[in-house]
Order: sequence, then C-alpha cells, then structure tokens
Amino acid sequence: MSWDCRGMRFEAEFIQNCPIPNLMSPPLLGVKGQSQCNVSLMASSASADCATPNGSGLKERNYLGLSDCSSVDSSAVSVPEETKSNLNLKATELTLGLPGSQSPERELDFTLQSSSKLDEKQLFPLIPSKDGICSLTQKAVVSGNKRGFADTVNGFSESKSTNWMFNAAGCDSGQPKLAGNAGINGMLSNRPSGAQPSVKTEVPAKTSKECNNKMNGSNTNSSPAAKAQVVGWPPIRSFRKNSLATTSKNNDEVDGKPGPGALFVKVSMDGAPYLRKVDLRTYSTYQELSSALEKMFSCFTLGAQRREMLSESKLRDLLHGSEYVLTYEDKDGDWMLVGDVPWEMFISSCKRLKIMKGSDAIGLAPRAVEKSKNQY
Amino acid sequence: MLNYFPEEVLEHVFDFVTSHRDRNAVSLVCKSWYSVERFSREKVFIGNCYAVNPERVIARFPRVRSLTLKGKPHFADFNLVPPDWGGYVYPWIEAMAKHGINLEELRLKRMVVSDESLELLAKSFPNFKSLVLVSCEGFTTDGLAAIASNCRFLRELDLQENEVDDRKGQWLSCFPDSCTSLISLNFACLKGEVNAAALERLVARCPNLRSLRLNHAVPLDTLQKILTQAPQLNDLGTGSFVHDPDSETCGKLKNAMKKCKSIRSLSGFLDVNARCLPAVYPICTNLTSLNLSYAPGIYSNDLIKLICHCKKLERLWVCFFIKLIHYTYFFSGVPLSNQGLNWIMQILDTIGDKGLGAVASTCKELQELRVFPSDLYGVGNAGVTEEGLVAISAGCPKLNSILYFCQQMTNAALITVAKNCPNFIRFRLCTLNPTIPDAVTNLPLDEGFGAIVQSCKGLKRLSVSGLLTDQVFLYIGMYAEQLEMLSIAFAGDSDKGMLYVLNGCKKLKKLEIRDSPFGNVALLADVGKYETMRSLWMSSCEVTFGACKTLAEKMPRLNVEIINEGEEIEASPDDRHRVEKMYLYRTLVGPRRDAPDFVWTL
Repeated sequence: MSWDCRGMRFEAEFIQNCPIPNLMSPPLLGVKGQSQCNVSLMASSASADCATPNGSGLKERNYLGLSDCSSVDSSAVSVPEETKSNLNLKATELTLGLPGSQSPERELDFTLQSSSKLDEKQLFPLIPSKDGICSLTQKAVVSGNKRGFADTVNGFSESKSTNWMFNAAGCDSGQPKLAGNAGINGMLSNRPSGAQPSVKTEVPAKTSKECNNKMNGSNTNSSPAAKAQVVGWPPIRSFRKNSLATTSKNNDEVDGKPGPGALFVKVSMDGAPYLRKVDLRTYSTYQELSSALEKMFSCFTLGAQRREMLSESKLRDLLHGSEYVLTYEDKDGDWMLVGDVPWEMFISSCKRLKIMKGSDAIGLAPRAVEKSKNQY
Repeated sequence: MLNYFPEEVLEHVFDFVTSHRDRNAVSLVCKSWYSVERFSREKVFIGNCYAVNPERVIARFPRVRSLTLKGKPHFADFNLVPPDWGGYVYPWIEAMAKHGINLEELRLKRMVVSDESLELLAKSFPNFKSLVLVSCEGFTTDGLAAIASNCRFLRELDLQENEVDDRKGQWLSCFPDSCTSLISLNFACLKGEVNAAALERLVARCPNLRSLRLNHAVPLDTLQKILTQAPQLNDLGTGSFVHDPDSETCGKLKNAMKKCKSIRSLSGFLDVNARCLPAVYPICTNLTSLNLSYAPGIYSNDLIKLICHCKKLERLWVCFFIKLIHYTYFFSGVPLSNQGLNWIMQILDTIGDKGLGAVASTCKELQELRVFPSDLYGVGNAGVTEEGLVAISAGCPKLNSILYFCQQMTNAALITVAKNCPNFIRFRLCTLNPTIPDAVTNLPLDEGFGAIVQSCKGLKRLSVSGLLTDQVFLYIGMYAEQLEMLSIAFAGDSDKGMLYVLNGCKKLKKLEIRDSPFGNVALLADVGKYETMRSLWMSSCEVTFGACKTLAEKMPRLNVEIINEGEEIEASPDDRHRVEKMYLYRTLVGPRRDAPDFVWTL
C-alpha cells in the first residue's frame, strides 16, 4: 500500500554527534599502546605539516558519527554524559542542547532499540567483525512533531544496502581496505574544545548479531547491517553520482578494493506501466538482487493475478519460475541472462535490467527454454 | 501620448528589452504594447512546460526563434520523481514544425527528448542553430547523428549532464565537410568513443569554434592536436588527462596550451594523472572559470598547486578528493584505533579546508563556488567543514553564489559568513547528515541561516539543511524579501514553519519541501499564493489526500498532481491518507494529457 508506506517508514534513526566530556573507555582491540603511539606520531606530524586555519591545533570532532554521508542516519552514536562503567547502551540517554537545558519537544532518546527495523549502518572496525565488535546501533526517536530523520526507503528494498564494506573486507587484517571504510568501532564523540580524545563504546557481539538478523529480506549470512540510505540525499544529480562512482571505482580497483558509490540502473518489466531504478552496489549477490526485484515488482504480478487469490508459492513461481526471466543489457548492447558471470563482473558491465516474460527469453539461454518447457 | 509612437518605434525600443521578465512586464502595459511585444518577441522562456501548451505559445508569439523549456521538477535530479513522469519535448517540436515556426534555438532542461524528436527537429527547421540540453534523457547518439547530419548552420551543440545511450554509431563523423559554422560543441557527458580523426578535422574546419568540451574517451594526444588547431578557444573541457608526464605528447600539450591565450574557462579532467596537470599552468593565469568537480583522484595538494596559479578565477567548482586508504594504516601495519582515525579525519578535513584556504588567499575575484562531497558513500569521508566556508567568505568578498556540501556547520560560522559576504544571490548549503545540529553548541542552525537571510538582501535562492526548527522559517519569512526559490529537507517542527515562508516571501516562485512535518493547515492557509508561484513540491510531508483534493477544487488553475508509486495503483485512497509526493503548479491549460498512470491530477 502506498499509503502504508508511512507505516512502514521507519522512525527517525536520529543519530547525533554530541560533544561529551571526559568519557574514557578502553581502546579497542587491545592495541592501546600502539595506537596511542601512532596517534601522537600523527598528531605531531599533523601539527608540523598542516597549518590549521586558526593555528590553535586541530579541533577534535566526531567524524565517525558523521561519517557516512549517504546513510543519513549516520551512525554516530551519541555518548551519554556520564561515565559508563559497563557498556549497556540501553542506559544511554541523550538530549540535544546545552547540558541542563531541555527542550521538551525535542528530547531525543538515544536508546538501543532492539526491535528496530531500520537498517543500521555498522561502523566497521578495520579488523573483521568476527572479533565481535561491531558498532552500535543507537537510534534516537525524536518525539513530538519534529520529523527526525526518517528513512525514506518507501518500503522497498532498493535503498537498503548490503554493506559494501564487508565486500571489501576480506577479513584480512593485513590489507589496507579502507577507502571509506574508516569504520570505527563504536562511536566517537569529542568535545571540540576539550582535550579529551575520542570516546569509544563497544557493543557486545550479541548486538551485532541482532543487527544482522534484523535485515529485512536479507537472507545471506554475509550481509551485515546495511547502511540505511535515504533516497535523494545528499542532493547530487544522479549523473554526477554515477560519474563519481565510476571514477572512484576505477581508482580504487587499482588499490585492490572495490569502490564505493552508487550504480543506478533502470529496471523494466514487460507489462509494467513504469520502470524503476536500483542501485546495484547495494547488493552483493544475485540472490539479493533477485529478492529485491521480486519485491519491487510484485505489485504488477499481483495486480494481474489478484482475482486468483495468489498463494505465496505461486507468486514465487511467477518470478523465479517459468514465467519471468531476469536479463540485462551489457556494455556491448547485448541482452544477457543474469547469473552467468561473477557478481563483480556483472555489475561492472550491466547497463540496465529487464524482467522478461519467459516466452520472450527463449533466445537467451537454455535455462530459459527449460523453464518455459516446464510450464507445460 | 505613448500611443502616438508608431509601432515600428515601439518595436525598436523593445528590441533593447531582452530579459523575458521585462518583456512580460512590457506586455502588460496596454493592448498595443501587448500586441507589438508579442509579434516582436523572439526568445520565449517557459519555466514549466506544463503551464502552457505549444499551440498557445505559438499563437501568441508567432515569430519565436528561440525556445527554452523546463520539464521535471527540480527534485527529479535526486531520484524523487519516478521515470516516465513526463516532460516530453516531442509535442513542442511537432507543433512548431506544423506551424512553420522558424526555430533557431532550443534549450531544454530536465526534459525527455527522444531520437524521434531530434530527428524531427533536425529536419523541420532549416535555420536551426543551437541545441542546448541540460539534464535531459531519452535520446541516443543516433539522435545526435540526425542533428549533425541535417542542421546545416549548426552553431551550438551543448550537452550537459544528460543520460545518453551510446549507440556506437559515429555521430560525430556525421557532421558534413560543409559544416564550418560550429561555435560551441560540448559532448562531455557522452560515454562512448568518437572518431578522433573526424574530431580533429571538424575542429580544423570550424574557425569560429570557441567552446569545446570533450568526453573522457578522447585521449590526451588528440587534445594536444586539437589545441594546436584551435588556439582561439575560450572554453575548454579536456577529456581524459592521462599520460606519461615526461612524454613528448605532454610536452607538446604544454606548448599548445601556451598558445591558447584566450582560454578563460577550463573543465573536464574526467580522468586525470595529476602529474600532467602542470601542462595547464600556462592558461591558469587568465582563467575565470574552473570546473574540477568531475576530476577523480586529484589529491588536494595537487589541486591546491593548480589553484594557486588562478588569480583571476571567478567561478570554481571543486571537490576535494582525499584518498583515505593511504592514511588509515599510517605508521603501523595495525589498523588505527578510533582515536587515531579521528585524528586522521581532522587532518584530512584540514586538507579540505586548507584547500579552500588556498582558494581564499588566491582567488580574490571569486564569485561562484561549488564544493561537492569528495566521497559519496565512504564512511570516513573527510571533506570540508565550516572553517573552509569561513575562510572563503573572508578571502573572497565578491562571492555571490555558493553550493557547499560539508560535514558539519556552526551558527557562528554562518553568522561570520553573512557578515563577510552580504552579496549572496544563491546560497545553498548541504550538510551530509541532513539533520545535524551546530557542531559546537548542538543547537539548531536557525540563527546561522537567519543571519544569512538578514544580511543578504538580494538573496534569490536558498537551500537549507542541518537541524532546523520553525524559527529559521520565521527568519526567512521576515527577511528574505527577494527569495524566489527555497529548498527544504528534514526541517521544521510544525505547520507554522511553512506558513511563515508562504506569508513572508512575496517573491517566492518555487518551493520544494521533502521530509518535513508540514501539513494541511499550512497547505490550505493561502491557496491563492500558489497562483503567484511557479510550483510547489511536497514529498514525505504531512499533507493528506483530502487536503489536496480541497485545494484542487478551490483552485482550478492549478494542477495538483499526486505521484502514487505504491502497490495499490487502482485503489482510491482514503482522504485521511498522507500523500507521498505532491507537485502542484499553475497552468493555463488544465490537467496534462500525458500523465502516466501513477500520476493523478486531482
């Protein structure tokens, strides 16, 4: 239901970065000594090399909170104002504004919502998440009329993304895999003027599993918490977005890592009144793509079959079975059957997708022929 | 007394009145002025192609030679409007062909242009000279081939950021040898290859060529050869800028550049080896416009070196691309801790801001700046912060137009910017997290934007972002007297916000709102206002179906379109249901007949 999209729309995952004073927690990964060393090295080189505008040294900021510009709910996790001795994030409460001043309308509750349907973006540590550290999923529900940051996914899976960072993460700690995966484990939050560096909180491994399980429609084990993407934010023309994606992909491939960026392609379906667009980079396997498309176009098949009280299995048959076949147009302009080549190769050559009726797809591949035979 | 002037005199006087707004005003003075004006108007601008239809335009302006049309709403740029929504140019071309209009120039923005349209265009207007397509779609290189083959007097073919299917035909080779009239050729947005030899020959035979923008498939050595043939260029868009910097080709390129003393505008670098950049230093001193926003992988340091040569720059589009990957394993083989990474981010931000600092100290003539995000989907996308903006405002007092994507912002920074640069005409700020508060105080950014609108009395276009309450809209309503276009996303608390704007901004023409809690009360408070505006877009707000219906009933000269993308296409929704996307606009011609199924005009 289009009008129920709002019901399906997720409440504001309003993740704020908030300057928090004096919050100490143990560094991650037990490399405290080393990392501190590094920090000071960098700090000194930083001050040596970079003339900061105000000359007073680098201001501390919480970047990691803001880190993902496309996931609007940047998973900056706000840190509470009291020192936590344990890592129970449920106890965390945060409000906007200066300490002590509370705007009743806009009190933000940062609570760990275990029942959230939102796709959180996990901030990935640079080490594999199997170490059990994963980022927090703190969300704030903004009360009152204020619209927080609603995830305008429209109930479709197209904006969900499997986290490309995981694709990048071959889970090899030896490899620099970052580009963009400045995954920070936990949250960072700094008081800008304070001397206190970042604050980290660790979320127990259990939570990360919860995150994973909450993925809508995401079946694969390898799909971690996706970063929630808001349609159309940041407001950059698709042309530019695609260009940036292509070029950064080209650059990053050189470094041995798949690039970030969106890759929107049109999806048409025979008989549907309009086309859709999907971002191929939000999927990592054919299965995911297929389920997403299934959901996206189910309205059309449903519409046609409505009177027949379609059972779920029949619907699946419609899309997976003999009735429809998923094809794509490659760089050379040829129509190919989806599924033959490795996923990465597929997304680099796919220009558009088409859901063809099985009968039309006979010329494409033996598999299609088989399917249509099965129909009879 | 005015009627005493013969019409020829009036017509001659009106020749000097060129802006379409002035001409519109002129036509309202009296009947005879209306009549003289309409027969003498050659350039017609239509801000919304559905506000009027081709027949009426042709009937009123039979001597039209240049037509500008805009189609889809602005938010279509960001995927908020489904494909096949509309904005087809074909009916316009068909009607003009039928009525024997002597069309010479067609400028389209956000419209759907089919190959058939281009073919019809090419064959129907023998004097056709200029085609400018911005953010359009629906055509392929076959359509371009038709234009190239048939438009004998073509002067301008300018394709900006269009989605074009490349058919591997040799469209560029379709320009006949007799075509020598080209002044401007821009095919930077095309993905496919063009025949290099054909391109060189084309350039060689068009002595009036002033503007040339290549696509990324054109290699550096072709560029070098072209520049040798066309030292008279004013505006150059390089294609690929990748080569071995020590090669002979690069050396020749630098020499060719030295001879191009007229280049004032530089863009492209769609693929770039930063070490080749010094080849362009010779032209930097005279550059007034530089667009590096599509250049991937130029480290900020190289960028800064380039910018330091550009002292006369008036327009700069840039994105500070920073490769995080090199920094994350900075001194050890062990991944950095949070602290380490945070420091890194600060450094990188500083580089971004530092880059802007370099701009601020070099480019004193700067008027327009656009800073795009460096890394769209990266997690740690260091970019620029409020410091960069403050530096620019301090160093570039002539700044009047800005589009700034940033990590964070503060009220203090905005207040400083407002003081430094009271001349803003366009101010568009986009925080990558759309509801982020002041980075220092955690307050909403109301005061900052308030300062902007209060100080910049000539502000015509404003985009706000960050955490914002109704207060900012109070300020906008109070101070933004010249405001014509306002973009709002994820802002406001209640209907009051929208009401402040509708009541206060008398010159408002376009209002677009997404994901904000404005509802029926605001929508229906002053229905007459919408006839003074070009359009209103509201998506993911609190407006209901019933209210839209009421509005449509009260205002027959508005088209109130609801875009319904849901699964239940046929069901008729409850009046209380919220509307996902509403787009309304004034029109003289009633509901459009080409609306697709998912668009309901109430």
